[in-house]
Amino acid sequence: MPNSALWAVDLFGKVHTLSTAGQYWELCKDSQLEFKRVSAATQCCWGIACDNQVYVYVCASDVPIRCREEAYENQGWTYAIDFPATYTRDKKWNSCVRRRRWIRYRRYKSRDTWAKIPSKDDPEQLPDPFNDLSVGGWEITDEPVGRLSVWAVSLQGKVWYREDVNHPNPEGSSWSLMDTPGEVVQISCGPHDLLWATLWEGQALVREGINRNNPKGSSWSIVEPPTSENGIMHVSVGVGVVWAVTKDRKVWFRRGINSHNPCGTSWIEMVGEMTMVNVGLNDQVWGIGCEDRAIYFRQGVTQSELSGKTWKAIIASREYDRSHSGSSSSLLSAGCFFGDEVRGSGESCAPSDTDASSEAERPGPDQPGPAGSVDSPRNPRDSLALGSGSGRTTEPAEEETTGPAIQTPGLEPHPGPASTLAELPWTNIDLKEPKRAPSHPAAGFPEASGLSTLGLLPLGLEEPYGADDHPLWAWVSGGGCAVEPHTVLKWFTVQSGLSPSMQTLSMSITPAQTAAWRKQIFQQLTERTKRELENFRHYEQAVEQSVWVKTGALQWWCDWKPHKWVDVRVALEQFTGLDGARDSILFIYYVVHEEKKYIHVFLNEVTVLVPVLNETKHSFALYTPERTRQRWPVRLAAATEQDMNDWLALLNLSCCESRRVHGRPSPQAIWSVTCKGDIFVSEPSPDLEAPEHMLPCDQMFWRQMGGHLRVVEANGQGVVWGIGYDHTAWVYTGGYGGGCFQGLASSTSNIYTQSDVKCVYIYENQRWNPVTGYSSRGLPTDRYMWSDASGLQECTKAGTKPPSLQWTWVSDWAVDFSVPGGTDQEGWQYASDFPASYHGYKTMKDFVRRRCWARKCKLVTTGPWLEVAPLTLADVSIIPERPGADRSGHNIALWAVSDKGDVLCRLGVSELNPAGSSWLHVGTDQPFTSVSIGACHQVWAVARDGSAFYRGSVSPAQPAGDCWYHIPSPTKQRLKQVSVGQTSVYALDENGNLWYRQGVTPSYPQGSSWEHVSNNVRRVSVGPLDQVWVIANKVQGSHSLSRGTVCHRTGVRPREPKGQGWDYGIGVSKAGLGLHGHSVCAGTWHQGWWEAPDSPSGMLDLPVSPLGPWQPWVTRLSPSRGAGITSPSGPMPPEPSGAGPRRELPSAVWSRASPGHPHRWPGPRRRPLAPSAAKAASRTRKQAARRCEGSRVICEPSRLSH
Amino acid sequence: MTDDKDVLRDVWFGRIPTCFTLYQDEITEREAEPYYLLLPRVSYLTLVTDKVKKHFQKVMRQEDISEIWFEYEGTPLKWHYPIGLLFDLLASSSALPWNITVHFKSFPEKDLLHCPSKDAIEAHFMSCVKEADALKHKSQVINEMQKKDHKQLWMGLQNDRFDQFWAINRKLMEYPAEENGFRYIPFRIYQTTTERPFIQKLFRPVAADGQLHTLGDLLKDTCPSAITPEDGEKKNQVLIHGIEPMLETPLQWLSEHLSYPDNFLHISIIPQPTD
Repeated sequence: MPNSALWAVDLFGKVHTLSTAGQYWELCKDSQLEFKRVSAATQCCWGIACDNQVYVYVCASDVPIRCREEAYENQGWTYAIDFPATYTRDKKWNSCVRRRRWIRYRRYKSRDTWAKIPSKDDPEQLPDPFNDLSVGGWEITDEPVGRLSVWAVSLQGKVWYREDVNHPNPEGSSWSLMDTPGEVVQISCGPHDLLWATLWEGQALVREGINRNNPKGSSWSIVEPPTSENGIMHVSVGVGVVWAVTKDRKVWFRRGINSHNPCGTSWIEMVGEMTMVNVGLNDQVWGIGCEDRAIYFRQGVTQSELSGKTWKAIIASREYDRSHSGSSSSLLSAGCFFGDEVRGSGESCAPSDTDASSEAERPGPDQPGPAGSVDSPRNPRDSLALGSGSGRTTEPAEEETTGPAIQTPGLEPHPGPASTLAELPWTNIDLKEPKRAPSHPAAGFPEASGLSTLGLLPLGLEEPYGADDHPLWAWVSGGGCAVEPHTVLKWFTVQSGLSPSMQTLSMSITPAQTAAWRKQIFQQLTERTKRELENFRHYEQAVEQSVWVKTGALQWWCDWKPHKWVDVRVALEQFTGLDGARDSILFIYYVVHEEKKYIHVFLNEVTVLVPVLNETKHSFALYTPERTRQRWPVRLAAATEQDMNDWLALLNLSCCESRRVHGRPSPQAIWSVTCKGDIFVSEPSPDLEAPEHMLPCDQMFWRQMGGHLRVVEANGQGVVWGIGYDHTAWVYTGGYGGGCFQGLASSTSNIYTQSDVKCVYIYENQRWNPVTGYSSRGLPTDRYMWSDASGLQECTKAGTKPPSLQWTWVSDWAVDFSVPGGTDQEGWQYASDFPASYHGYKTMKDFVRRRCWARKCKLVTTGPWLEVAPLTLADVSIIPERPGADRSGHNIALWAVSDKGDVLCRLGVSELNPAGSSWLHVGTDQPFTSVSIGACHQVWAVARDGSAFYRGSVSPAQPAGDCWYHIPSPTKQRLKQVSVGQTSVYALDENGNLWYRQGVTPSYPQGSSWEHVSNNVRRVSVGPLDQVWVIANKVQGSHSLSRGTVCHRTGVRPREPKGQGWDYGIGVSKAGLGLHGHSVCAGTWHQGWWEAPDSPSGMLDLPVSPLGPWQPWVTRLSPSRGAGITSPSGPMPPEPSGAGPRRELPSAVWSRASPGHPHRWPGPRRRPLAPSAAKAASRTRKQAARRCEGSRVICEPSRLSH
Repeated sequence: MTDDKDVLRDVWFGRIPTCFTLYQDEITEREAEPYYLLLPRVSYLTLVTDKVKKHFQKVMRQEDISEIWFEYEGTPLKWHYPIGLLFDLLASSSALPWNITVHFKSFPEKDLLHCPSKDAIEAHFMSCVKEADALKHKSQVINEMQKKDHKQLWMGLQNDRFDQFWAINRKLMEYPAEENGFRYIPFRIYQTTTERPFIQKLFRPVAADGQLHTLGDLLKDTCPSAITPEDGEKKNQVLIHGIEPMLETPLQWLSEHLSYPDNFLHISIIPQPTD
C-alpha cells in the first residue's frame, strides 16, 4: 500500500506522517494546531489537540463521502388508501393520498484537514477534557462500511465510546460513557476484538465480549502488571498481540493472547526502554525511545514471530515547510486534486459541514445538524426546502440535489422500445459532476498528481537534517501504516539523490533511468563494442559455442493408464545454430516395464508453460500445438518450489530465446489471465497478420508475466491495467518477469512486490432433530457436516488448506454474513433440506441449516505492476486504441467501477503515464457493478439493481460525459455485465442470458430494445471490431462436458451484427476439473481467460479468446481456426464464407454509415436528407466509401512495423 | 538500451581482437603465421588460448616446447588477471588488434604463476569468487551453494555460457532488502605506475549517514592520486571493462553490474593518453 503512513507527534505538538514508500517526515497540513496524541486508521486519524478538543482528520480520496437522504412529499390525493400503507404504482379508485420521494445527497466536506468533534453534544456528561484516545475495531465487521471503534479516556479516568463512527459519518454522533472498575489513564483498541486500558494503579484492564454484534464489549477483566513495584504505564494492542510499557520504561510482550483469551497468560520482558509503544497494522510495532526520543520500528515481526527481533531507529528526516507543503502531504493520494472539495478550504480547523457551529452560522431549518441527520427522524420539509434549491447558493459543492425521483404511477407505462430520451425518467440524475471540469485547477497546484508525488521526493534538493536537528518525538501511531513482510522501508537510511532506489521511488511508469552516470555507461559500452568488435567480426571466437545440457530429476504425469506420477530423468540440451540462434530440446527419460524410453519436446514448439500449483505438488504443464489438440500437456513436478522455479525459468528462457522474444512485451501484446490469477502475454507476430497463412491460435506463444490478477485490461497501445482478487487496482510498469522469473528472465527495474488476498469458503451444515434441536449429527445420507458449497467434498476447518503452496493464511476462520439470501444473527441460513434454496430466518418447515465460514489467504509475489491507490475496483474498461491512430499526447479514456459501486473515470491516462493522475467520480443514484467503454467513447454500465445505463456525451473533451440515461433491463431479468465494441452493445443477465441491444445508431446511441441472443453464457466480450466472444457455462463436447468454454460468435457481419451461431472453442473437460469449478473471470475483449489445470488430468486450452488488440482480431474472424479445438475427433467445420475477406470487417459498416467521418461516432443527430440532396449525398458516399477503403489499408494490421 | 540487464550482457560479451605472434627467438621448423582471435574480456588467457597453442606447436619441434606464456611490449601477461583487465591496464591506448607475443621458453618465474592445467585456473577463479563473497555476504551465499552450483559458475565461464553463469551468479549479487548493498565491495585497483600489484581494502557501499558511496568516494579513500583535482588537468583514466564510468556512479551498482565473473571490480588507473 504505497500511501499508507505512520503518524507521529513531535515534542512541539506538530503532527507528522511518514509514508511507507517515502523517506521524509511530512508535516501535517494543519500546521496551526498542536496535538498531544493521535490514533490512526487507514482512512483517518483521530487526535487530541493541545486545546483538549478531539479532532478527526479524514484522508481525502477521489470518491466523495456522500450520504443519501430521502424525504417524502405527502399530498392528500395519492394512491394508497391512507398513510402508512403499501404504495402501489397504479392509481386505483380508492386512492386518496399520494407522495413523491425527494432524494438529495449530503457530502462530507472537511477532508484532509482536522475537523473538531463538537463536545457540546453531551454537555452534562462530559465536563472534563480527554486525556487519551484510541481508534480500532475496523476488522470486527464490514457493515456499515468503514465502521470504527473510537475509545477515549477523560482526565477524570472515565472511558467513553464514540457512537456511529463509519464511512458516511466519519465523526460519529455522540459519546457514551462506559463503566469501569477504576480510574483509567490510557486505552488501546485493536483492529479486531482486543481492547486494553491501563489503570491509575498500574494494572491493565481488558475488555471482554467484543464481537460483531457488540463492538462495545460486555465486561472488564483485570491483568496484573509484570512486577508489583512497577505498574503498567502504557499498553498497546493489535489483532493478536499486546505490548506494554511499565513505569520503569521497560517494554513487555504479553504471551498467550488469542481470540478466546484476550487476557493472555504471562509477560515477557523485551529489550529496550521506551516511553510508549504502539501496535499498528499487521501487528507491527513502533516505540519511542526513552533516551533519544527517536521512533523505533520493531523489525522481524511476522505472524509466526509476533515479538519481532530488534528495534531499529527511524532516521528519516523531516521534509520541512516547503512552499508547496499544502499540496505535498503524503496523504494526498494521486488524484485528490480533482477530488470533490472546493479547494482552498484548507484553513486550519475548518468545521465540517455537519458541525454544529456551522449550523449556527446558517440559521434556519435548511441545514440539519449531524444529530438530526443521523439520529432523529428527518423532517421532510427541511429536505424539501433544500431540494428545491433555497439557501444553497452559498455552498454549492456541499450538496447535490438529484430529485425528484418520482414514484408516482403516471409516468409509468414501461418505456418500451420506442421510448425516447425525453420519456426516460432518469435523465440528468447527476447535474453536479460535469461542472467540475479539468480546467478548473487553480494555479499553484501541480498539474497532475504524478508530479506531486515527485514533489514529495526532492531529489537532492533538500539537505537532510544534521544530527542536532533530529526530531524528538512524543507520540506515534501505526494504525494506518501497512508494513508487510516484504515491504522495503527506506526509513533507516538517508540516501543520496542519485541512488537507483531513489529513482524507483520517483519513477513514473515508463522506465526513467535518467541518471547521467547510467546513461554514460550504456553509451560507453555501446561505443566500446563498436570500437573493439566492429572491424573484427571476421575473427575467430576463442571459445566455441558448445551444446550445453542441464539435467535433473523430476516427476512426470505418465501418458499411460493408470495415470500417475513417475520418476523421470530430464535433460535440456541447448545448442547454438550457425546464425547464433539458440535452440533447445527437452528430453524426458523414463522406464516402463523395465524398458528405457524417452519422449522429447522441441522448445521452439512450446506454446505455453503454466505453473500448476496445488496443495501438494510443485508442478508445471508444457503445451505444444499438438499437445493442446490432444488436451494432454506434458506435466512435470519438482521436489521443491525452488527447483520448479529454476526449471520453469530456464525452460521459459529457452522458449523465448528460440522464438527470439525477450524484453518487455510490445504495446500491441495480447494479455490474458487464467482463473488461477496467472498472467500471460503473447506477441502478435507478423505471421499472425499475413492473410496467406494465418497463424492458428493454438500456435501462438504465451509467456508468463509475474504477478497475480483477476482481471487484466489492455488498450493495445501499451496501457495495461489489472485488478487483483482483493480489488486492488494495478497498472503495468513496462517491466517483464518477476514472480518465479528472476535473474535474466526479469527486468531489473519496474518489478515490484505484489500481493493478493482472497477468501476460502467452507460450509458448516446442521440438521434439526426433535431431541437436540440443530446439531452436527446429520442423517447417514446427508452431506458432510463440514463441506464445500456443493456439499460433496468434506472441508473441515483444520483440514482445509490454502489453494496452493503460494498462499498462506492471514486470518482465522470467521463466519461470512454476506452470503446471498441473508443470514440470521449467527450467520445461519435455513432450508427445508439439502440442497435447497437457503434463507436467512428460521421457519417451521426448515430442517437443515448451514453457515459459511471464510478464511483469508494471501499470496505475495513480484511482477511489473504498481498499485493504483487508494481506490479498490470491481471492474475496469479502457477505450481500445487503433494502432494507426496518432494518440500521442492524447488522454486515454478509462472507466472503472469501485468495489463499493462508485463509477469512476480516470483522468490523465496516456501512454507515458498509464496510471493516469486522478479519479473523477461520476455520480450515480445507486451502486454500479460493471462498466464498458466502446471504441467511440460509448460508455455503458450496469447498476446493482440490474438495469443498464448509458452515459451521454462522453468525449475526449468531456471525459466524464454529462448524464446517465437509464436503460431498463430485459423484462424480469437483472443484468450483471455489459460489453461494448465498435458499435455493438451486449449485456448479460444473472440467469446467463445474453442480450443484444437493438437499434443502436450514432444518432441514437441508447438503442431501442434488448434482443435475446443466447443462454448459457457466463461472461461476454465484444471486440473493437464487434467480434463477440463469450465464456459458456457448460458445453457438451464429443467426449465430455466442458465448463468455462470460450466460444466465438460466428457470422458476425456488418449487416448482421448479432451473428448466427456459436463456434464452441476451447474449454476444459469436466474430467479435467476438480469437483469445484472456479469462479469465472473473463473480462472484456482484451483479456482472455482460461481454466488452468488444477488436477493432474486437467488441461489448458489455448489460446484464449479475446485476442488482444486489434490486429490479431482480424485473423481471428476465422472462427474455427481461432478456437482450434472444436472437437478433437470430428472434422473442422468449414469456415463461414464471409469470415475471411477483410472487406467484410464489421468496422466498415460505420465507415459507410457516416461517410466522410468514418471515425466520428456517435455523430450528431442526422436529419433525413432532402430528396434533392440525397442524390448528391449518395455520390459522396460512394467516394467516401472508396476513400475509406483506401484509408483502411493504412490501418491494416500487416502494416505494423515489426 | 534502457535495462540494466543489457549491461550484464554487454560486459559478458566484450571481446578483444587479438593478434598472436610467436616470439622471434623461438625455434620453428616453418614460418609461424600470426593467429587472430576474439578474446572474451571476462575470461583468462590460458583458458581461451588452446587454439593458439595448437597453432604454434604445429610449426615447432616437440623438444622446444615448454609452458606457454604471453607477453605484450615486454611485459609478461599474468594469466590470473582477467583478459579485459590486462588490456585496459597495458594496451587500451594502442591500436587494435592487440598484439600479443607468444613464448614457449624462458618462463619468467618471478613475474608469472605457472598454469599447469585448467584446474589451476578453476582453483584461482573459485578462490576469487569465495573471497568476494566473504566480503559481500560473510561467505554465506557461496557456502549455501552446492558443489554443482560452483561447477556451473566455472563451466559457464569456461564455455562462455552467459545464461548458465548468471543463473547462479545472480544469487551472489543479491543482498538483504533492508540493507542498501553488500557488506563490503570486492574491488581491486591496478596502476601501472606503482610497484604494488593492486590496492584492496575494506570499503562499504553505504556511508554511515546512509548515503550511497560512489566510485569517486572509493578513489578518494583508496587512491586519491587518481582523482583529478577540481581545477587541475585530467591526468588519469579510470577504466572498468574498457569504459570510464562517471565518478558519481554508485559503487553498489557498479559491483552488481560491472564486476568480472570472479565477482571483483577490477579497476585500472592509467595515465591519460596524450593525443
